[in-house]
Amino acid sequence: MQNPTPRPILEARDVRKQYAAHTALDGVSLAVPEGSIFGLLGPNGAGKTSLIRIITQITGADSGEILFRGERLNPSHIGQIGYLPEERGLYKKMKVGEQLLYLAQLRGLSRADAVQRIKGWLDRLELKPWAQKNVEDLSKGMQQKVQFVATVLHQPSLIILDEPFSGFDPINANLIKDEILRLRDEGATIIFSTHRMESVEELCDNIALINRARKVLDGPVSQIKDQFKTNTYEVEGQGRLLLVHPDFEVLEQKARENDHFFARIRLHAGTRPNDLLRVLIGQVQVQAFRERIPSINEIFIQRVRETMPESLVEESTH
Amino acid sequence: MASKFFLIAQREYLTRVRKKAFVVLTLAVPLLLAAFGFIMAKVASSDNATTELVEVRDDTGLNVASHLVSTPQLRFVTATGSLSEAKKSFQQAKHDGLVYLPAGLDVENPVGVQFFGKGNISLKKQLAVETALNKAFSELKMQKSGLTQNQLDRLRSQVDLQAISLDATGKEADSNALATSGTAYVLALAIYLFIFIYGVQIMRGVGEEKSSRIMEVMLSSVKPFELMMGKIIGIAAVGLTQFFLWGLLSFGVSSVILPLLSGAEKPKTEVVATAMPAGQAAATGNEPRSAAAAFEKGMETQKQSNVITGRFKFFEVLTNLPLGTILFGFIVYFLGGYLLYGALFGAVGAAVDDQTDTQQFMLPITMPLILSYAVGVSVILRNPDGPVAFWMSMIPFTSPIAMVIRLPFGVPMWQLALSITLLILGFIGTTWVAARIYRVGILMYGKKVTYKELSKWMFYKG
Repeated sequence: MQNPTPRPILEARDVRKQYAAHTALDGVSLAVPEGSIFGLLGPNGAGKTSLIRIITQITGADSGEILFRGERLNPSHIGQIGYLPEERGLYKKMKVGEQLLYLAQLRGLSRADAVQRIKGWLDRLELKPWAQKNVEDLSKGMQQKVQFVATVLHQPSLIILDEPFSGFDPINANLIKDEILRLRDEGATIIFSTHRMESVEELCDNIALINRARKVLDGPVSQIKDQFKTNTYEVEGQGRLLLVHPDFEVLEQKARENDHFFARIRLHAGTRPNDLLRVLIGQVQVQAFRERIPSINEIFIQRVRETMPESLVEESTH
Repeated sequence: MASKFFLIAQREYLTRVRKKAFVVLTLAVPLLLAAFGFIMAKVASSDNATTELVEVRDDTGLNVASHLVSTPQLRFVTATGSLSEAKKSFQQAKHDGLVYLPAGLDVENPVGVQFFGKGNISLKKQLAVETALNKAFSELKMQKSGLTQNQLDRLRSQVDLQAISLDATGKEADSNALATSGTAYVLALAIYLFIFIYGVQIMRGVGEEKSSRIMEVMLSSVKPFELMMGKIIGIAAVGLTQFFLWGLLSFGVSSVILPLLSGAEKPKTEVVATAMPAGQAAATGNEPRSAAAAFEKGMETQKQSNVITGRFKFFEVLTNLPLGTILFGFIVYFLGGYLLYGALFGAVGAAVDDQTDTQQFMLPITMPLILSYAVGVSVILRNPDGPVAFWMSMIPFTSPIAMVIRLPFGVPMWQLALSITLLILGFIGTTWVAARIYRVGILMYGKKVTYKELSKWMFYKG
């Protein structure tokens, strides 16, 4: 799915941003490979939105630079970026069709092109009967669909979605997810920004974790997960498990009804999963055996623990 | 860049002009004004048509009553019977008042004269009676000094002043205080209303954009400055459209409907025409009474002269005003004043979350506006070349109104040039300040904004 050496569509280099007494970004650098889905993750107030506002040219960085396809970011790139802010909003007293046309034209689309594409999108998202209605007459879910269309109408090569699934009902969230994947397959790059890491985990190819104005970790998701694997396996089965072995360590063991059990077992260095399986098979009926892969959320907490004084961890991780 | 600005201005214009409220207001105002003017004229003419009958009970033995001259508005009749009888009878006879001249009154020092009226006596009536009495006493005194009636008649003279304004080149033109003041007044009112009504619209527009949370989407496409100026210019176009239509419709209404309503009586139409600005003044309700009073005074003067020739003179005099300069100045100050204040109104809208919080920031903006209007139609109108007039027509915050009031009276070129230069610098200044507040404010939610906070925003980096 991923080009082995993709050229970054967007690169941030040592970006700093200071607001009055508060540092929003403290030397953040990252690269977003073209054609990928990139997760910009971190708790609320970490600096995600500040970084996005710099990328979307709503504000400027105090220092550092942003490169778009290797070129210093400038207003000519506005038409190639689509942005769905966390704060959703449209002109309430404007008709859906007119509103989309207006926003698309502001993004540099010609009137004729815009009209054409609006038709297509309204058809696809079943909004056509509402084109002549005022936005305020639409349901919340439909308004969000309209807002999504406004974000991608000008066919941006970089789509930035801030807290993309918050506020969407499950049906619309799925619909939007499918549309995002389709856009990615057509070549667009997508940046998800969210504090709910689990919501985008399975979608992201690459992530960057941001905490307290600093990047704490970034890279391809698969690589990061490998890096943070703890060699722990989860076992479910039937029988009596009595494991005392120098190569394994039982972290947790729970008995369940009908002589069933669940256990988390860590393998010591140099031991392979098959070694554990062999021992298990001798003792019990194995029903499930899988590697315990840490979630991004767990990795984040662990990473924050490693890099921060204990007192701050609590604040940052909930 | 320019095309985005145009798109924004176009949206602001079209969404407003297409609103029902705009159409209704545009149609209704000229009709309301016409109706108002018509009623005012009716009231004014009926007020003049009635004659106040005042009885006189003269116990002085000096025959003061015979020297009281009746006018079309005030007629004196001799009361019969004693004072207490007269007090009753004048009310029964539905007369409007009773003057009592007590016995032993000294002509040199006439104290103790009483005036009885039904209910409260109006100042106007009291003044009229006083004037008549003063005249009567001075005639009596002159008679006492030995002048004959013939000599007295010759002493009285009736002067009708013909005012002629001389310009620097020595060209003479008929001057008319009413035409000049009237023009000044109408121009000032138009600018005042325009800035106020459409300034508030800018503020509301920004507030709506902020509360609908579309700002971030907009700002990822356009610069805050483009967004603000697009809105200001778009709304200016709405205002100009409305004023233009109002002018057109008012002209239509007054030239078609009013003559029909008032029949063939031409003088009445004249009264309506001059009463219109006064009607507008009353409609706004918040300017000082002195303005309306000054205007009414003007109307009185006008009415005293021959109405028909006065009408022609009014228009003749109007064309003698420096019309080119007035038109040029009006457009410059109209737009300059609007831009200067419009940006500030926009900044206020951006600074607050809630429309109800705007009050504290509105005051410093509306104060100079109200002040220049209030001072303008009183002090400057009376003394258009005085120091107050000069300084207020130089300060950019007051000049849009102060200067247009001075324009019909003639303003030296250097003053006009200086004032316009200052106005342009002024609106560049306020726009700069406003843009900085705007830029920070539109993305700021849930923060209680203070003046201190605002001053910090000015120095935020981009």
